[in-house]
Amino acid sequence: MNYHYYPGCSLERNASAYHQSTMAVAKTLGLQFMEVPDWNCCGATEYFSIDLLTAYALVGRNLALAAQQPGSDQLVAPCSACFLNLTKTDRYMADSPELAEKINLALAAGGLHYDSGSLRVRHLLDVVVNDVGYDAVAARVTNPLKGLRVAPYYGCLIVRPGYREAFDDPEYPTTLDKLMRALGAEVVDYPMKAHCCGGHMTQISQPVALDLIHRLLKSAADYEADLIVTLCPMCQLNLDAYQDNVNQMFKTDFHLPVLYFTQLMGLAFGLKARDLGIGKELVSARLALAKIGVETTAEKPSPKPRSKNDLPMPRMPGEG
Amino acid sequence: MATAAAVSAAPTVSFFEEVIAATPGDPRLELCLQCGTCGGSCPSGPDMDHTPRALFAMIAAGMKEAVLRSNTPWYCVSCYYCIVRCPQEIHITDVMYALKRMAIKEGFYRESKASEAPEFSRTFIDYVDNYGRSFELGLATRYHLRYHPLDAVKMAPMAIDLFRRGRMDLTPKQIKGIGQLKAILARAKELGGAV
Repeated sequence: MNYHYYPGCSLERNASAYHQSTMAVAKTLGLQFMEVPDWNCCGATEYFSIDLLTAYALVGRNLALAAQQPGSDQLVAPCSACFLNLTKTDRYMADSPELAEKINLALAAGGLHYDSGSLRVRHLLDVVVNDVGYDAVAARVTNPLKGLRVAPYYGCLIVRPGYREAFDDPEYPTTLDKLMRALGAEVVDYPMKAHCCGGHMTQISQPVALDLIHRLLKSAADYEADLIVTLCPMCQLNLDAYQDNVNQMFKTDFHLPVLYFTQLMGLAFGLKARDLGIGKELVSARLALAKIGVETTAEKPSPKPRSKNDLPMPRMPGEG
Repeated sequence: MATAAAVSAAPTVSFFEEVIAATPGDPRLELCLQCGTCGGSCPSGPDMDHTPRALFAMIAAGMKEAVLRSNTPWYCVSCYYCIVRCPQEIHITDVMYALKRMAIKEGFYRESKASEAPEFSRTFIDYVDNYGRSFELGLATRYHLRYHPLDAVKMAPMAIDLFRRGRMDLTPKQIKGIGQLKAILARAKELGGAV
């Protein structure tokens, strides 16, 4: 199966573990991802706050570049914000011929053109669960993630609002849960799985952002997750890099590693941790992964394992 | 309580129409029932000056300055919960983006409680305009050193951790077609308008 691939800025550096593990897993699954040549930033959540038409034109260049490449009419994006901006622009161009005309007038200044609907924009998770399928994924598993308690975290933008086809429920998504079960993991069903990580609020008002991140970490920890699995670079950064700040602000002791779903797929397929970018997370996954017999080389010694007595954690019925 | 539709016939209609005109497509704002589902679903609702519901009533009442001074649009995290839950299918997130653009244009945001949010967006897009890609280290240093110098010092260990793990570039990367991108963006700015 062939797809154009739009990595987005985060996957180049901050989320390079996501890119690396995506490429490794794609190879195992026989997916061909062809990177869109010379793509530009999608504008994230910032450009639409400043200038509307310029924001659309920015996204339009990526759509036009992808559409003129041969080999596929599908464009896959692993980042939720990129996925949203690409689908939103494609959808709004279809809804408003006037907008489409203006975007194309701007694109013409660079010798480009895009017709809405020429590409089917997909999120990576959608491609894995629907084009590859749970059974084909399960068939590749050589090292099941047995006994690993995984909290699937969807965030917002791949399930809401569904500017093109919706591949999962906006309130209670389950595709990532099923994928993790196909890998042999124990899935933690916790209520915050599609709530917001705060996006760029860490930069605008840190207390507001840390409150949102705290709710997510607490919910996953209350249900005794060993780790959180995500599909978005922004969610990973917020939950991982700001976990220390949350612990300081709320006097908590969370130690929840946050990995990409592609990293866990790679481990279950028997790929090496270092080929999946494991070790790039700030909250080390070493202890959690030791549960499934994966040895990783952590860059610094991990903090002591959490004891149940550290925090007055609510207990689930039947627990001690 | 006056509905948005009823108020749109009043003399204060202009701001209401201005907001609709600044939002792409038809935002369906006049259909607001004032049910409050949006505010109840909003993760940052408790930190907002006004809930989205209240803000929409204020828009309908023509309270332009109060609306554009509100921190509400800047505290919208673009999570789209309100959109999928709104019984009237109002394009709430798009309205929030439209209000941000209007607040910048009118200069009111400088006095709002979120006066730095537009500067963050501007710093971000400056890198995109000039390089074609975002640049996290430059964004963090330029924005934080200017607006939160103390936080910048506190953030340094995290930046070092990210750098040590190969998660941060020290220099921005420029796309090959930066000339093409600049021409496209310049043309889009000229064409302008809310669409």
